Amino acid sequence: MSNNIIEIKNLNISYSSNVLSVKNVNANIIKNEITAIMGPSGCGKSTLLRAINRMHDLYNNIKVDGQIFLNGTDIMKMQAIDVRRKIGMVFQRPNPFPNMSIAENVLAGYTLNGLHLNKHEKAEIIERCLKSVGLWEEVKDVQTKKGTFLSGGQQQRLCIARALALQPEVLLMDEPTSALDPIATARIEELLLELKKDVSIIIVTHNMGQAKRIAYNSMFMYLGELIEYGDTQKLFNNPMHEQTKSYLAGHVG
Amino acid sequence: MNNTINNTRRLVTSRGIHLLVCSLSIITSIPLVFIIGKVFFEGIHNLNLQFITKPTPNTFNAMIAINNGENIPGGIANGIVGSFIMLILASIIAIPIGILCGTYLAENRHNKFAKCISYMTDLLQGTPSIIIGIVVYAWVVIPSHGYSAIAGSIALAVMMLPLIVRSTEEALKMLPDSLKESSLALGGSYGKTILKVLLPSASGSIFTGVLLAVSRVVGETAPITFTALGCSMVHWNIDQPMSSIPLLIWQFYNDPILQPLVWSASLFLLIFVLFINISAKIINNKSKK
Ligand SMILES: Nc1ncnc2c1ncn2[C@@H]1O[C@H](COP(=O)(O)OP(=O)(O)OP(=O)(O)O)[C@@H](O)[C@H]1O
Ligand SMILES: [Mg+2]
Repeated sequence: MSNNIIEIKNLNISYSSNVLSVKNVNANIIKNEITAIMGPSGCGKSTLLRAINRMHDLYNNIKVDGQIFLNGTDIMKMQAIDVRRKIGMVFQRPNPFPNMSIAENVLAGYTLNGLHLNKHEKAEIIERCLKSVGLWEEVKDVQTKKGTFLSGGQQQRLCIARALALQPEVLLMDEPTSALDPIATARIEELLLELKKDVSIIIVTHNMGQAKRIAYNSMFMYLGELIEYGDTQKLFNNPMHEQTKSYLAGHVG
Repeated sequence: MNNTINNTRRLVTSRGIHLLVCSLSIITSIPLVFIIGKVFFEGIHNLNLQFITKPTPNTFNAMIAINNGENIPGGIANGIVGSFIMLILASIIAIPIGILCGTYLAENRHNKFAKCISYMTDLLQGTPSIIIGIVVYAWVVIPSHGYSAIAGSIALAVMMLPLIVRSTEEALKMLPDSLKESSLALGGSYGKTILKVLLPSASGSIFTGVLLAVSRVVGETAPITFTALGCSMVHWNIDQPMSSIPLLIWQFYNDPILQPLVWSASLFLLIFVLFINISAKIINNKSKK
């Protein structure tokens, strides 16, 4: 057994017939670590990330070519629903379901999958998930309130709890802190370091400091290509490619 | 120097435009004020408990009462019950179909078939109600050998349908894509996503649309005369002819003896419509928060 949870092989993705937004990407994602994806706007970070839980299936203009293995199984050959249960996703803007209470949001994965739970199981899952995102103490007395009443940072933690409830193996995060203030961001970073013992995390970020602080490996993408990928400290201190260097310089300097 | 003059002129122009806009806005509201005022003052003195609990009086009794200097003995209870039953039935028919259709349109924006349906919805919305009445008469009343509340409800439902379709479609289109994506990202099926996330999230606006559709058809007279015909008794048999409030207003108007009741019935209808509209506004505002 390798310790790669995800292996991406020759991945090409295009939105329209002749333009590739992700070009021939090959990468292995290490289990129980945080992997960051960086790069300038429009370089294909979100496009790459969304291929991993088959979000592109929703739009029939998008062509995805290549293979992505989850623990050795090609996800393109699995049921999309099974893939998404095993690979959770957190979006850029906190988006708790507005029609559901805090507790219902946590349980949404079960509701949406038609899995029935008894009262006891429900309470247990709610408490475990809210505790794991550090929200339990803050919301345990207002669980029946709508999730949208929380602050932005709390909402994002609720969304993480919602994604964790189904106990996924991988958590995909697309700039999860870009809509949050520094304090809320710091809490989420802390949380991710805490969570990585249970779930492998892939995070798209524009914030270099963030990648430096939390990511074990980092990717640098440019115009759809994966330019450089490896140990985060090495990538920051000693980048091998010109483009990486100038990107880091442009932002760090 | 020049600058000051320019500024003054600009100020005057902007004041002038402001004034114009305000006075035009007031002009728009004048008809409403007059309508409400007229109906209120003409209708209020006959609008009492008896008026809403008693069915239509017959002309003969009314004439005797008038000759004796008494109030006309009777009211619009048959119309209230009829309107109530037919609106409920019409809603039962139109809401599920309208919501399904609206969901389909919102979810298949680029599909040719959906565009075609969307266009037909517009056409249906523009179809004169009297034509809908005639068609329902031909297709429901004649085959079923009689006027009935059901036929009336079908006519009203057809008129409500495009409004509910549109409001559902618009409400769903307003939701951010990420809502749908995050539901699907949790492994939710497409159907569950629509039923458990999208429609509930849009329910406030959809409900507002339904209320507005109700308030839009509650005053319809022509299609009801073709389908439900009218009836001077209070009853709950939906396979029998039935009356409605606007139908009674029309009957009162055509009967010189009963004419005084026109205003009271109108006032009742107006209050009912205003009530629905205000509720719709409140629900809409609440759901936006
Ligand atoms: N829905 C879409 N339709 C067509 N082209 C798209 C679509 N989404 C993205 N693209 C194109 O694909 C390329 C990669 O976009 P992507 O969203 O993956 O970039 P990104 O690295 O996530 O950028 P950002 O940092 O701004 O989020 C861009 O050139 C973009 O124009
Ligand atoms: Mg992006």
